[in-house]
Amino acid sequence: MASGIKDKVVILGAGCSKFGERWDCEPADLMAEAFEECIADAGIEKSQIEAAWQSTGIDAFSVGPGAMPLSMGLRLPDIPVTKLENYCASGTEAFRAATYAVASGACDIALAVGFEKLKDTGYGGLPQRSRGVSNDLYYPNLSAPGMFAQLAAGYRGKYGTSKEDLKRAMAHVSVKSHANGVKNPKAHLQRAITMEQALNAPLIAEPIGLFDCCGVSDGAACAIVTTPEIARSLGKEQLIAVKALQLCASNGQEGGYEGWDGSYVHTTRVAAKRAYEEAGITKPREQVSMTEVHDCFSVTEMVTMEDLYLSEDGGAVKDVLDGVFDADGKIPCQIDGGLKCFGHPIGATGLRMLYEMYLQLSGKAGERQLPNPTIGLTHNLGGFPHQNISSVAIIGEYGI
Amino acid sequence: MVGITAFGAYLPRMRLQKQVIADANAWFDPGLKGLAKGEKAICNWDEDTITMAVEAYQDCLGNKPGQAPAALLLASTTLPFSDRQNSVVVAEALNLETSDLRTMDITCSQRAATSGLLSALDIAAAGKEAVLVASEHRKAKCASREEMLYGDGAAAIAVGSDNVVAELVASQSQPVDFIDHYRGEGEDFDYGWEERWVRDEGYMKIVPNAVNALLSKAGVSAGDIAHFILPTDQGRVPPMVAKKLGIKGEAVADNLLQSVGITGAAHAMLLLAHRLEQAQSGDLVLVAGFGQGCDVLLFKVTDAISQQALGKGVSGHLSNGRPETNYNKYQSFNNLLVKELGKRSEVNKQGYLSAMYRARGLTNSFLGGKCTACGTVQIPKHKYCVNPECGAYDTQVDHPMAGIQGEVATWTADTLTFDYNPPAYFGMVTFEGGGRIMMDMSEVDADTFDTGSKVAMHFRLKQIDDQAGFRKYFWKAIQI
Repeated sequence: MASGIKDKVVILGAGCSKFGERWDCEPADLMAEAFEECIADAGIEKSQIEAAWQSTGIDAFSVGPGAMPLSMGLRLPDIPVTKLENYCASGTEAFRAATYAVASGACDIALAVGFEKLKDTGYGGLPQRSRGVSNDLYYPNLSAPGMFAQLAAGYRGKYGTSKEDLKRAMAHVSVKSHANGVKNPKAHLQRAITMEQALNAPLIAEPIGLFDCCGVSDGAACAIVTTPEIARSLGKEQLIAVKALQLCASNGQEGGYEGWDGSYVHTTRVAAKRAYEEAGITKPREQVSMTEVHDCFSVTEMVTMEDLYLSEDGGAVKDVLDGVFDADGKIPCQIDGGLKCFGHPIGATGLRMLYEMYLQLSGKAGERQLPNPTIGLTHNLGGFPHQNISSVAIIGEYGI
Repeated sequence: MVGITAFGAYLPRMRLQKQVIADANAWFDPGLKGLAKGEKAICNWDEDTITMAVEAYQDCLGNKPGQAPAALLLASTTLPFSDRQNSVVVAEALNLETSDLRTMDITCSQRAATSGLLSALDIAAAGKEAVLVASEHRKAKCASREEMLYGDGAAAIAVGSDNVVAELVASQSQPVDFIDHYRGEGEDFDYGWEERWVRDEGYMKIVPNAVNALLSKAGVSAGDIAHFILPTDQGRVPPMVAKKLGIKGEAVADNLLQSVGITGAAHAMLLLAHRLEQAQSGDLVLVAGFGQGCDVLLFKVTDAISQQALGKGVSGHLSNGRPETNYNKYQSFNNLLVKELGKRSEVNKQGYLSAMYRARGLTNSFLGGKCTACGTVQIPKHKYCVNPECGAYDTQVDHPMAGIQGEVATWTADTLTFDYNPPAYFGMVTFEGGGRIMMDMSEVDADTFDTGSKVAMHFRLKQIDDQAGFRKYFWKAIQI
């Protein structure tokens, strides 16, 4: 059994651009905005960065292929830079690569930058794009909300939940995230909404309505990682360490074999179990202080609470409506506003989640600071409920 | 004995109420209201001549894979491809045995189907089985007489020498370059001449000439004809021709003008299938096809007609319609409007032909894979078995799934993605006997559709590339 990543790597600094419709910004402008905050926070010079990873999700609509957008965008000092893409989970992949590079001893200080420029398509929602020459021949005529709406049908089918109860729980998820987003100056959407607004919004993909969908925006986020020893030598006193980094990619069983009923995301369950084991967490509902999950759609967040073992199977509707995941609940979720309020510039999202967890654990989250969080979990999901990439990261105070 | 061994039909479920066409155009041509009786069958956006042909064949001979007729002939004047044999697409969608199958497209005339049926019968006379499918999806200009009269539909007639339900007695063909209408190369619409001239110089002269020649040759009296089939968009013509020939009035087949519309080259076969549904042993059936001359075929119904295993047939499809009152939807589906489809419609629709060729077992024939090691079914077929307990490599054999019933496991109605007929329905379908796939759905009845709904697989259009003149097909789940 491998010893795992726990406490081998710490976050030296993190940064995040303002997310939103950044009509006046090139991708390089966004990444520089995040990077300037990050490197100032880290307290190092650019020349001390030894390797970097870039995450972008949809090259064709933003920066094109390869890692030069990052290496040239930040004028990095002739170091190895690699682009990573793993659907909407790309951001966490860049962080994973940088973390593993440091943990392996291949370099002392590494950078992960995620960004996406989505607002150059001329229409709302994610860009319409190919899924591959052969896949396009038979994949359904899908949109992202349409695919995640499948979870609602599967969930209702399994638990007999009424359409109305499910819709109310979904609405609560969004109302809660909007309430959190109000307190975040970097969020794209900083406006509270009511249950009535959420319930009565136009349908996008039955039963997902407008307010069940996350925004689409431009943005960048990044982190610099190093070893605990180097961080201390650089004068850092409060160390925020990586406790677990787990990823699971579908092998096609959910969508091609019996068993999966559409009410959950199989890979999230696998990744979560491994992550808890890696982090030494045995009672997630008691030990996890807060989460940033992949709330691309409200129903995704709801079932993710079960997939992360924070709710019992079939219990998420009640937990959500009981406020367990509200800002003042037992395990606050999307305390920064989530994808719901930040939007989902694909490559940036995983790193944006980690940025918030880092701020919260460092006590730097300002108006939305939670009292004494010790363990933060991020969940970054790419693909569709029946075939996807799911990553779970756990970070917390070093040594606990 | 050579003749018809089976027959079937297909009509799209959408039935446009003709009154809405007349009402919308009354400001321009108030005279259209004279034709505004009843309804006409119209293709959904994802139906065309090929998909209707597949349905008609299945109605005729069922949906069992591996059927092995010697020939599949497709008659139509609205074939989606001018140079890509359309009947081959139909054959692969039907998963026919293709190791010795003659395919042929027969076109360019309203009597394409009767000529095709004659060729099929020649094949039958050589001791083989052949199937003629006739299918038509014609366009008509807004506010035209044709728009009021044309309908979409298909029919299939199987011929051979075993279990003949209607024996061929005699046939006659007389070509005449009589141009009642024409559609030139590259044109979408027909150009016709005055109805009175077409009636008096065309139908009333050319059809009786051919019929009389046939009756004389066969030694049959016109008064003994029990079913007289003459497809035409001029409702009064068949009784006039019958009267001139001495055929009894009750023998004249209903042209289905007010329930289907005239389905062009398919119409003779559609009417033939309809009449055979009602025919008795011993009945004489006379079928005339008019278009640059006349084909006439005379059949005698046999005792086997009572054992004919019927699909839905024309009658079943007639009662399976859904009234449609949205004229704009009809025009949109037929590309008769310059319509704002939104930027999401502007995706790359390139037909990657080499990839399509590799995938055609799946896309054309809906073949999955069955693991010979553990029996697990999966679709698409894959090098490794999807069963985690098995995972065997290279053990899968083709597994036809087009005829297998499915059940909806998950679904949505998506208004964001581009669809010609929003919302787009899609979801996970699980199949009896194993296998599942995330796929598109069509013809959804929103009031009754939900998780658990039973569905059947249907060959439909997946994507249309108007710029490149290409279209892709795949299978869709339709609620049973």
